[in-house]
Amino acid sequence: MKNIIKGFFLLFFLITNNFADEDLNNKILKNLRCLVCQGQTVSDSNSDFAQIIKSVVDDKIQEGMTEKEIYNFLSDKYGDWILFNPPLKKSSYVLWFLPYALFAMGILFFFYLFKRTSIRKK
Amino acid sequence: MRKIHLLLICVFFSFIFIVFYLSLQNPKNYDTEDLIGKKITELELNLFGKDGTFNTKEISNYQFTLLNFWASWCAPCRKEHKNLIRLSKNKNLKIIGVNFKDNEDNARQFLQEMGNPFYILAEDSKGKKSVNFGVYGIPETILVNSELIILKKYIGPLNSKDVNEISKLIKK
Amino acid sequence: MLGDLGIIFVSTALLISLALIYFSLHEVKKSNNVIPKNIYNFSLFQLTFSLLSFIVLLIGYIFSDFSIINVYENSHTTKPLFYKISGTWGNHEGSLLLWINILVLFSSLFLFINKNKNKKFKIFTLLFQNLLIVIFFIFLLTNSNPFSTIYPVPNEGMGLNPILQDPALAIHPPLLYIGFVGSSIYFSAALSALVSKIDAKSLATSIKPWILVSWFFQTVGILAGSIWAYYELGWGGYWFWDPVENSSLMPWFVMTALLHSILVLERKIGLYSWVIILSILTFTMSVTGTFLVRSGILNSVHTFANDPSRGLFILTFLILMVFSSIFIFFKYAPTENKNYRILSKEFFILTNNWFMIFFLAVVLIGTLYPIFLDTLTGTKISVGPPYYNFILAPFLIPLLFLMTSGPKHKWISSKIKNFFNVVLFLSIFLFLIAFFLIKENSLLLNLILFFSIYLIIQTLFDLYDDLKSRIINLSRIISHLGFGLLIFFISINHIFSQENNFNLKPGETKETDNYVIKFENLEKFSDSNYKSIIGHFKILNKKKLFKENLKPEIRIYNKPMTVTYEASINSRFFSDTYLTMSNISNSDIFNIKFQKKPFMNFIWLSVLLISLGGLINFFNRKKSI
Repeated sequence: MKNIIKGFFLLFFLITNNFADEDLNNKILKNLRCLVCQGQTVSDSNSDFAQIIKSVVDDKIQEGMTEKEIYNFLSDKYGDWILFNPPLKKSSYVLWFLPYALFAMGILFFFYLFKRTSIRKK
Repeated sequence: MRKIHLLLICVFFSFIFIVFYLSLQNPKNYDTEDLIGKKITELELNLFGKDGTFNTKEISNYQFTLLNFWASWCAPCRKEHKNLIRLSKNKNLKIIGVNFKDNEDNARQFLQEMGNPFYILAEDSKGKKSVNFGVYGIPETILVNSELIILKKYIGPLNSKDVNEISKLIKK
Repeated sequence: MLGDLGIIFVSTALLISLALIYFSLHEVKKSNNVIPKNIYNFSLFQLTFSLLSFIVLLIGYIFSDFSIINVYENSHTTKPLFYKISGTWGNHEGSLLLWINILVLFSSLFLFINKNKNKKFKIFTLLFQNLLIVIFFIFLLTNSNPFSTIYPVPNEGMGLNPILQDPALAIHPPLLYIGFVGSSIYFSAALSALVSKIDAKSLATSIKPWILVSWFFQTVGILAGSIWAYYELGWGGYWFWDPVENSSLMPWFVMTALLHSILVLERKIGLYSWVIILSILTFTMSVTGTFLVRSGILNSVHTFANDPSRGLFILTFLILMVFSSIFIFFKYAPTENKNYRILSKEFFILTNNWFMIFFLAVVLIGTLYPIFLDTLTGTKISVGPPYYNFILAPFLIPLLFLMTSGPKHKWISSKIKNFFNVVLFLSIFLFLIAFFLIKENSLLLNLILFFSIYLIIQTLFDLYDDLKSRIINLSRIISHLGFGLLIFFISINHIFSQENNFNLKPGETKETDNYVIKFENLEKFSDSNYKSIIGHFKILNKKKLFKENLKPEIRIYNKPMTVTYEASINSRFFSDTYLTMSNISNSDIFNIKFQKKPFMNFIWLSVLLISLGGLINFFNRKKSI
């Protein structure tokens, strides 16, 4: 029974994992900032700059560049500001790790409160 | 215990407010100045109005190069053009123009009207090649040395202050 | 002349506010417990003149009196009347006047309606509130005066940005202001509670209705903003984690936490300090949000015109407010009765608080980090939806789980036995059906789907139980049900949203897997303040053989000269069809974006359901305010 279930999941995973080029294109464009707009993605913008970037990204995908390579290419030319998903670097360690640190602290604090009141109960 | 808490909280908020205050004083707009110090992309550009290409590698043959991205439909490009003409008189500076998303006839007419400061003129009719240079609008100008290192990037039209700066930099 | 009248009214209201502060200080020293009539009268006068000043500005907009610079800069004679009116608060100065009016309104309402017997408490609340009012009046008069005049009077105004001319956006600011500006009253009440040393239950009963009202309007205000973004901005999304959106969401997190904590405070004296902290924090987040939005340090599609001097004033105010509150809190900190026991129900309410504060922290970090990094190191980075979705989504799972199991169960040990019940098995069953239909392979999304189904089923069962036993706790059930539905539909919408991007010329057809999209023709159209090109499209759904007509537009407004892209949206029961077009420069080719957005209406309704729970609680409360 377990093997059948595993098989099912594997099958589903394989079936749904063929990302069409179009999906990848969309995914990348949604992650790029339109540099001449106010807070819009390249995907949503109709500006000249956005149109050019859309075309360039399309070309790069056809050339076989991976998603990461395309992001690297663009952030190399335009800075990390063009990426909406901040890359994990020295400059963004705090950004990515602080939330988890805070959550952990919160849980510890909760346990501390918990212990205090249950000690009093006894 | 109380006093320490108070102190910590005050320090925390003070830090935040100081950063807020500093950010008000410092309205630095986005620019691609991080490119300064990096090497320019080695790329083949199509020549304007004739067959053949220009490889940016060849910039190493010149002492200093100014890569200027412009178009006939761009009003600020008109404003800066006379500065380009002025700069083109420098012996150790070569100005390479990249005609950006333009109509060939209009561009030609622009140069006839306003003069041609360009040692070499390339075209980027779709605007895609310019992405390799971090261009996101025009006019933009990049100052490069013979080692292909980007010395300065100017966003927007070159004004007299910029001209003086470039003149100083190319004397070295 | 109208401008002068406005200034007179504002100045009078300011003077009355100062008088109120003076008389309040005077009153607290007296030992009797009756608030003298003159304070009530002054409050009434203050409200009158404040409202009058707002009405003056409104009249200026309605009748297009361009002698007032504010009207000149933000309005135009050809604007429809509805948008002339909403233009009053669609700009910095006008919206600031609205801010002040809400502060004054809540001040007066609190004075007249609140039935707390402690005079000191009421007077101090009035005092603190009026300190806020006075500072904002001074800000208005010195820096952001909506009544400055211009001479000679221009014939025509400069117009209002066309994307702001939308019904949802018109009501969005007033709704939000009643929300986060309204939170000022319990900010003042909290400080007052510290100074006047009233007891916990007294404070709880006093501020609870105000918390409910502000929370309700904040929720609905955020909804209006999302609806506007969806229908008007043309990208097909409804939430972008844009800094301005975040500025409205952050107070909401604190309000929700406060709402839950006040439920504990009502019955027990525990959490007194915490409720005070949350009350102070809510308005602090509101002012911080205002600072971020109006100071110019953010880059966003929503920003008002930017001006650093405003930023400086608001920052100064924020600093004063925060440090004063900190000092008052530490000086008058209530002696907490540390012997209370946290019972299971309260424990779960506190976990809500924990999650709300955590979400607040994440959104705050994401919003502020680029500013901090840029100011301290000069590096510019962007923090957008991928960050927030990545960090927040997994935490929805424990939150949904706690919302489901928390309210019902007595204590942790007994909970495990009762855990495996009908609700759980029914949820698993329904989830498996959904799983086989949806075929989503992301573990995260599946878990979120499962736990939202679990919450939905549990609340429905609770609803049935409640109705059967006639013990009504509808508000919690409705709101939690709404939340479960919201997460469920957002997930489904995320999984099944489709987007196709392609180029077409008029007359051409594009075929995708499930649709045939025919670009029939272009139509030119002119209206009073814009010209447009309308694209007529016929969309055929290949599977269901269903046809629909969509007409996206490209509009060119004349005053101010702007180009907008109007999406054509067919909102149906189960999904929306969303079409936008833009022209590729120097060609007759159009770039078409075709989207299918499932369950949008359900997303809106879920949020309404959440807010409904709050409304029910407001009307259900017992007796005294």
